[in-house]
Amino acid sequence: MITAGMDVGAKTVKVVILKDGQIIGKGMATAGLEADGATQSAWERALEEAGISRDELRKIFATGSRREEVSGFDESVSEVVADARAMSVVNPEIRTVLDVGAEEGRAIRMDAKGKVLEFAVNEKCAAGAGAFIEAMARAMQVSMDEFGAMSLQSTKSIPINAQCAIFAESEVVSLVHDETDRPDICKAINDAISDRLTSMARRVRVEPKVALIGGAAQGLGLQNSLKNDLGIDELFVPDDPEFLGAYGAAIIAAESQT
Amino acid sequence: MGKYKTEPIKCWDKAKELRTSIYERVAKARDEGKIIVAGGTESMLALPAGYDMEFLGGEPYGASCAFAGKHDPSVCLGFFEAAEAARYPRDLCAYMRLAIGSLLADRYLFGGNYPKPTFNLQTHICDSHAKWYQIMSDIEGVPYHAVDFIPYAWETENELEESKRLKREFLVGQMLDAIDWMEKVTGKEYDDEKFINAVNWECEATNLWAECCMVNRSIPAVMDEKMMFSFYIIAVLMRQRKEAVDFYTELLDELKDRQKRGIAACANEQFRFIHDSQPPWFALDVFRYLEKFGAISIGAHYSFSLSGGWAYDPEQDTWLPAKPPKEAGVELRTREEACEWYAEWILAYHTLLRSLRWSGRGKHKRLLDIVKNWNADGVIIHLNRGCEGTAVGQMELNRFLNDQKIPCMTYEGNLADAREFDLERTLAKIDTFMETLDLKKLS
Repeated sequence: MITAGMDVGAKTVKVVILKDGQIIGKGMATAGLEADGATQSAWERALEEAGISRDELRKIFATGSRREEVSGFDESVSEVVADARAMSVVNPEIRTVLDVGAEEGRAIRMDAKGKVLEFAVNEKCAAGAGAFIEAMARAMQVSMDEFGAMSLQSTKSIPINAQCAIFAESEVVSLVHDETDRPDICKAINDAISDRLTSMARRVRVEPKVALIGGAAQGLGLQNSLKNDLGIDELFVPDDPEFLGAYGAAIIAAESQT
Repeated sequence: MGKYKTEPIKCWDKAKELRTSIYERVAKARDEGKIIVAGGTESMLALPAGYDMEFLGGEPYGASCAFAGKHDPSVCLGFFEAAEAARYPRDLCAYMRLAIGSLLADRYLFGGNYPKPTFNLQTHICDSHAKWYQIMSDIEGVPYHAVDFIPYAWETENELEESKRLKREFLVGQMLDAIDWMEKVTGKEYDDEKFINAVNWECEATNLWAECCMVNRSIPAVMDEKMMFSFYIIAVLMRQRKEAVDFYTELLDELKDRQKRGIAACANEQFRFIHDSQPPWFALDVFRYLEKFGAISIGAHYSFSLSGGWAYDPEQDTWLPAKPPKEAGVELRTREEACEWYAEWILAYHTLLRSLRWSGRGKHKRLLDIVKNWNADGVIIHLNRGCEGTAVGQMELNRFLNDQKIPCMTYEGNLADAREFDLERTLAKIDTFMETLDLKKLS
């Protein structure tokens, strides 16, 4: 049986195709104001990798904050439920999932079967969102990989106090004007985002083991800051952490057929 | 075809009529030579009732502005902007900002200019409220008086009887002082008989509202919380009047009849929840949206307690409707006796006031009591940025409920300021919460 999951996020669209529980195709594309074009591109890539046509798909489930903007799916599932279900398959030891998407951050406490026990989502305030980290990396004129690596070079703790991403950005500008070393600024930004994520995570009570997923999860600086803030030695980051939501949706689509 | 039969509530129109009448009476009171008293609606409404007066309560007025603002932003956003232009910041009580804005704009939601009161009477129960009417008085140039008191601690705190006695004596003294003060500022003699009647009616009306809430223990619930908003407001606005007693007597009869005949508020009730704090008044659609999942709010500590008199019953370890004087076999004959009884009623039975002042433990126990005895399946908490008083301790409550394995969801918002509310995100969060409970939208 072949099913698929589609995650229409604020910045990117991800598609995962499953055949008998195994991933056979993945595709991702960056979405602009219109999500349709990116959805089509993500599908083309995933289908090409899977070597199948769309007609062969038995069921398609969608997740993501912009899923209502696109068509071509059978049912929808929330990001929280999709993340938890996928993580229970990827690593059944995980009890807390932190998802740093472009638009919002989520903290999920779950059981071994992927049932959500408690969840928290950052609401109107965008602080904690991956888009902020990306914008700051651009401001530092480095790639996301370099941003993480630079952050690890710093041993200083410079607080960024503003809760709001816009005000936080103005604090970063002040640091630049003060000629603060770039590694210290990168670490300050990661620490600030980690601080907000940790605060949200504590709302659901962090239970080990902890996983970090979403577009910003591969940032080494953010991983390091989170480990410090959460007081944990181990932070699980799956391969392709940005695909977890789509993977979860595909799994749930498959389960709906059994 | 739903799971349960539904019918419109007959008392609905009566509630609307009574609510409208009070605001209209306030608008006309000056021309009729009546005293207008303004203040928070928890301001012991029977106290100024020794006069032939109309009371303009700030919180329900603010809620009405917020609701009306959906259709006419000038009466909500316009009032907020007027308050902000006068440098009252956005993190203050939203009701307070609406009242100040309405006054500064000199526009009354129900038509005409803002009705200038004869005096403002306020209780020192909520920090914002205490300053609210002091500011209003300064702007209006009218006298201001505050009654100071601290409610009894929750039963969980095992407060000493001596401590309660001292609190009661202090409040009685404050009430008697307030009466002397009102005589001084109005130059009119205070009518003890009117006051005694008002105390009796206030206790009866709040007892009856608590009895109405008790009926909602039944499955299916006979009222959803949207209905309660329209019903409890009568006690909020005029519980010291005989009309309120008559209204709740009629409502209680109707609710009991609905209970007997199995008439439901929601035809597809399948998830009963308790809502915490006031709702975002401009977005009551949230409750309608929840109904698509068969999820119905059957009450709240707020909706039960704002207008209800609740006494703790140690034998059953629960709260039950408190007995008003006549039911308790007490006849109030003098001003002092009425103050004594009224003080006890406020300190012991007005449980909402306690949650503004005392540790979360008591509120946690009360919430748990409501969840268990009203057969609720979960709790939805409005993290209300517009009301410091009811928002205090909400995250601790969330944690407590989760520890009890009671499904609980929070959403951020503001009871009156729509700029602090994101409907789409709230609905998305509801979808997620319902999904985690395996509840789907009913076709």
